[in-house]
Parts: sequence; C-alpha cells; structure tokens
Amino acid sequence: MKRFLSGNEAVARGAWEAGLKYASSYPGTPSTEILQSLARFPEVQAEWAPNEKVALESAIGASFAGLRAMASMKHVGLNVAADPFMTLAYTGVNAGLVVAVADDPGLYSSQNEQDTRRYAVAARVLALEPSDSQEALAFTKDAFFLSERFDIPVLLRLVTRISHSKGVVEIGDRVEPMQKEEVRDPAKWVMLPAYAKIRHTNLLERFKKLKDFVESKEADAFLVEDLQDTKVGFITSGICYQYVKEAFPEASVFKLGIINPLPFERIRRFASKVDVLYVVEELDPVLEEQLKAQGIDVIGKEVFPEYGEFSPDVVRSCVDKSYKPKAVYFTDIPTRPPTLCPGCPHRGVFVALRKLGVTVFGDIGCYTLGALPPLSSIHSCVCMGAGVSMVHGANKAGHKKSVAIIGDSTFLHSGVTSLMNIVYNRSSSTVIIMDNGTTAMTGKQPHPGTGVTAKGEKTVKLSIEEVVRGVGVERVRVVDPYNVKETYEVIKEELEIDEPSVVITRRPCTLIAERLGKTYTVDKDKCIACGACLKVGCMALSMNGNASIDELLCFGCGVCAHVCPVDAIVEVVNEN
Amino acid sequence: MKIDVVICGVGGQGVLLASEVLGALAIEKGLDVKKSEIHGMAQRGGSVFSHVRIAEKVFSPVIPQGTAGYMLAFEELEVLRYAHFLSQKAKVFINKQRINPMTVLSGEAVYPEDPVGMMSRHFEVKSVDALRLAKEAGNVRAVNMVMLGVLSACLPWSEDDWFKAMEMVFPARLLDVNKKAFTLGRTVL
Repeated sequence: MKRFLSGNEAVARGAWEAGLKYASSYPGTPSTEILQSLARFPEVQAEWAPNEKVALESAIGASFAGLRAMASMKHVGLNVAADPFMTLAYTGVNAGLVVAVADDPGLYSSQNEQDTRRYAVAARVLALEPSDSQEALAFTKDAFFLSERFDIPVLLRLVTRISHSKGVVEIGDRVEPMQKEEVRDPAKWVMLPAYAKIRHTNLLERFKKLKDFVESKEADAFLVEDLQDTKVGFITSGICYQYVKEAFPEASVFKLGIINPLPFERIRRFASKVDVLYVVEELDPVLEEQLKAQGIDVIGKEVFPEYGEFSPDVVRSCVDKSYKPKAVYFTDIPTRPPTLCPGCPHRGVFVALRKLGVTVFGDIGCYTLGALPPLSSIHSCVCMGAGVSMVHGANKAGHKKSVAIIGDSTFLHSGVTSLMNIVYNRSSSTVIIMDNGTTAMTGKQPHPGTGVTAKGEKTVKLSIEEVVRGVGVERVRVVDPYNVKETYEVIKEELEIDEPSVVITRRPCTLIAERLGKTYTVDKDKCIACGACLKVGCMALSMNGNASIDELLCFGCGVCAHVCPVDAIVEVVNEN
Repeated sequence: MKIDVVICGVGGQGVLLASEVLGALAIEKGLDVKKSEIHGMAQRGGSVFSHVRIAEKVFSPVIPQGTAGYMLAFEELEVLRYAHFLSQKAKVFINKQRINPMTVLSGEAVYPEDPVGMMSRHFEVKSVDALRLAKEAGNVRAVNMVMLGVLSACLPWSEDDWFKAMEMVFPARLLDVNKKAFTLGRTVL
C-alpha cells in the first residue's frame, strides 16, 4: 500500500513497523512531527519530555528494560542530550534504541547550523542517513535490528528537507518483538571508571565489527554504487543524493545510506573507476576529511560551501562554474519576516520592556521574534535557558538594568536550574516567564505545565509559581500582559528591588485561546497619524492616511490602544 | 509526464493544503510525486511556498531554478519572490490579493506597484479574483481550492479525479464548500 508521507512521518511509521513501544522527545523544528506521528499509534507510548536529555535517558531506560525505544530531537537538542548520548555508546543497548536527530541547514528555524554527523563520529555509533521518505521508513525499521545486533545506539540523521518533504512510500506491517529480559550486568551498565575503561575498549571492538559490516554484502542495501559515465563521480548521502541526480543524471554516484562508519574500501574501489571524484555534503566536510585522511582523492569544500542549504542549482553551479540557470530574478522585494500573531500575549510584555529601556536577555521560542523591528526588544538569544543564566551573570557584572524573558515550555526545559543559580548565588535578577500555556513555536505541543500528555490524556498540571517558590524565589508576581500598564508597573517595581524576582505574564497563546468577542477600531477624528500603534508590530494595523485596523485580523488584545497617545483606538464589542 | 508546480502565498492561506491535494491526486494516478516546504518559524505570518513535482520518477523535492512549468500564487507580492523557479514557458496564476508584510506596514519597505505587470513581461500570467470566488463558494478560506481549480484546467485529470483527491485530504464537513470553490476556479478562465 502506498502513502504520501513526510520524512518525519515515515520515520515514525518505520519505527512502528519495527515494533517500537516507547518514544520520547522535546518539540523542535524540523523534528517535531516524528513524535506527533508516533503519538497516533496506540501500540506506542509516546511522550513529550521536559527536554531532550530527559527524553533520551527515558528511552535508554526503556531499552534497558527490554523494549525498543526511540528519542527524537532537533540538532541543538542533541547538545542537551549529549551527556547521556556519549556514554550510551559505551553501555550499548538491551532492546534496540534509535536516536533520530534533524539538522537544519539554512537555519530555517534554528539558532545555529551545526552538523550532527560530528556527534556520530565522536561517539562511535552507527549512523544512517535516508535520502527520501521511503528510505526514512526502511532505515528506521532496520536501525532497531542493527542496534540490537551490534549492541549500539543508532543515530538516524535527518535534515529539514528530508523531514519536511513528502514522497511516495510503500508501507509494511508491524512486527511485535517480545520484551527482552532485563540483564543485570554492572560491567555493561554502571559506568564507574573501572567498568567504563573496559567498556571503552569494548566500544572500539564493536565499532570494528561495524567497520567490517559496512564492507560486507549485508550492507549493500545501504551503500548503492550507480556506475554510469565514468568521467565524473560523486560520493554523497541524504538529500544531497537527490540534488546530484537532478543536476547530473548521467554521472556515476555512490550513495551512502550509512554515514558512520564509512565503507572506505568500497569507496576506494568506486574512486578507482572514475576520473574525477566529488564529495557532496551540506555543512561540515565530515565525509571529505575522513576520505582525504584515507588518501582517497576527492574534491569537496574546495568548490562547495560549508554553510547553508544545498539545492540542485548549488550542486550544479559549484561543479560547473559556467552554469547559470535561465531564470528571472526580481530584486528589492520587501521581505516578509515571521511576526508575532495578532493578539499574541508576548506583545504587551515587549511594549512594556521597550518603555523601560532595559537590556533583555532572550530565549528560544516565538518571543525571539520580539528582537525584530518594530518591537526590537530582545538583546540576546543563545540557547534554551541561556537568558535566565545570562541575566544573573550580567547582574554580577554590575549590569542591574536587565531582565530575562523565557517561555513556559522553555522555562521547564532549561530555565529552572538557571533560576536556582540566581537564588543560590544571590543576584537580584528579574526573570519574566511568559506563560502562554503551550509550546507555541513548534505548533502548540503540551508540556508538564499544561496538564495534558502527548497522547492528549489528562495528567498532573505543574504549577510554575510553585516551582519558582520551590527553588527559593520569594517575590513571584502574576500579571495579564494584555494590561500593558500593569505589566510595566510590576516589572519596574521588581527591577528596583534588591532580591531575585519572577514575573509571570499569563495569557493563553492565540493558537489555543478562544476569541475575545471584541475587536478594536480607529476613531478617525481623533487619530493624528503619529504611527505609535504601528510600533507594536501587529499585522492587523496599517496606515492609510489614518491608522486603520483590519477587523478580520484583530484579536481584540487592545495593546495598540494602550500605546495610542490620543486614545483614538476604541473597543468594538462583537454581537456573537 | 513532468509537472512542476510552485505554490506560494502567506502563512494561513492554505498553501500546504493545496499541495497536499495535488500530491494525493498524483499517487492515485500511480505517478511518482514529491513535495517540499518549510514549517516552523517561517509560518508565523511569513512567506510560505511549496514545490510539487510529479513525474514517472522524481529525484530532488526542490525544483531547479528556471524549470517549473506552473505557479499558483495566493498573494501578489509572493509571485516575485519565487519567480526564479519558473521556466520561460511557465503559466502563472495569481490571486488578486495583497497582504502587506510587516516591513511595508512599518514603512521600512514599499509594496511594488504592479507585481502582476512585472510578471507579465516574462511569463504567461492570468490574474484571478479567488477571494471573491471563495466567498461565493461559501468560505473565504477556500482561496486555495479556487486557485487549484484554475490550475486544474491545464492539467490532464478530470474533475472527479480531483474530487477524489480532495476527499482524501479534507474532513467530510469541509468537502462541499471546497469542491464548490474548486469548480468555480476550474471554470473561471
């Protein structure tokens, strides 16, 4: 049976077909839909964890207990989970364990474009990389068996263009593996130095077996040599394979479905059959460096960029410098950057912060958009939780006129320990938790503060106030960010006080909130066309002689009315 | 057969749903099909595009520049942003609707005076008031199906084929209005 599946949906399907029983993840573009798709299978216990480290560790626990398990995350999520990941290579697995990680070349929705393949090399794990949705299904399914056979976690490397592209997929049936026996084996699972030392050499032995495997006939399905015109050859993997086939349909291509360890002998044989050999890989020269170290003569980053996303055009023009597509290009087109939605509860906080003129240590989420004009209210964004740690460091450095902002989901992901640090090390930092009741940017996933699980079931609803008080913050204030004046006053008071404080700005995200039954309109007689309202950065507002409000877009938050100096923006109560 | 379509518009206009219907139809017809798009941060009112490629065998989900045969644009400015994917023989269908981006609203940038005219100098362009037809069909959100209907008139499949694909994508309660919008688009030119 054929289905039209995205790479992420195909990964979920492949895992389900392999008999997956437990999956955990934290939402992050472009990996989010893996867990979302898994949550729809009744046989799979699919969970949103507070962060990627917890997700991976929980998956390790399930594998230990004998069930096939998976953790999925975006590339920077593996940084959070790197601690268990690196040692997991030492312990190995009991039941099959797959870690699916999606990179984001071109930074469509990320803070960096690091290359996850480096982790596979560093940890010495088996790594697979599918080049379309069909392979995403097949490789994920195979990964569980290989994980068990070689006693190693398998890293499944995806990129945005695989995760979010759809293709035709032949689907199969589910196998139902028996739960494996738990084996109490301290020398395998207790990574004390004495045992870990032995497990390290054991890992090297397991990795040697993987090196033999990739050269053997058994690995043929993953390593496809397509010999055509021998003047030019390409070594490539993943989405780049499709770009090479598109750009050079006549050329010889060696497609790597296994990207760690590399089958050097196979590649050497292929290299000997072609006159010139290119290695095509997005981001880092991970393949290239290894091939060159093996003495295999390849052309790589001499011609291809080490940044950004590739395409058929990038591949073709890098190899053939004379190539120029016959296309029409329009320049000076106004950009259309993403913006906070009309009615977004974050907007009022930014308007208040801008008026206070404080330095704002930001974080990862929709609210990062507050950095863009016209709000221009955020002054740093490094990684999840960093804002709360940074405001403490800045405070210690004498910078008192500063706050941290962080979302509810992000606070639970990585902000709690940073807040603990503020209390323990006694800075007078002010942290604003913008609680919109969901993980908004990735598509309104629930989290421990929502009282709902990934499967839509009811669960214990964590109280952010109690967590904050629990780590020792005594000053906790809750405000409604639609009330800009109060939000401003409360933050101002907390800034002046010489002790740690948390302001929770609470309003549901417009994606989950009900409409308010009111909108706003402009009293044209009063409007002086000063443009103050436009500076709140709302798509519903525009200037056509006077300010005007698109009533279809207006959510009724009233933040623009707060900033109007002549009270020209007035409420309209809708009848229904 | 080789059909490459660029569908573009603004977050919330239903770009991704339109490409989903096209993909479902291609599978029904036993063809290979790939589609590619970007989710996440790019969707917060930002520019949205989808590439749909249908052929006996499709490699890249991204269309090479200068080669796409069709464009469906749900917003006038967005046609300019993705024009470089089009071949010189491309047919371009544009919804007569303008949505100012934040950069224009805040006065940083100016909305081009005549995007349709700019496109017409290079391509075969048809402009359609899809918003009006969507309203006529009973739902302003059905602009995407009006535009898909417009495209369908140049593709080889019957209205029934398209309806079957729509049945696979839309929940039953939304089918009637979307089919109606599709038919209005299919017969407008």
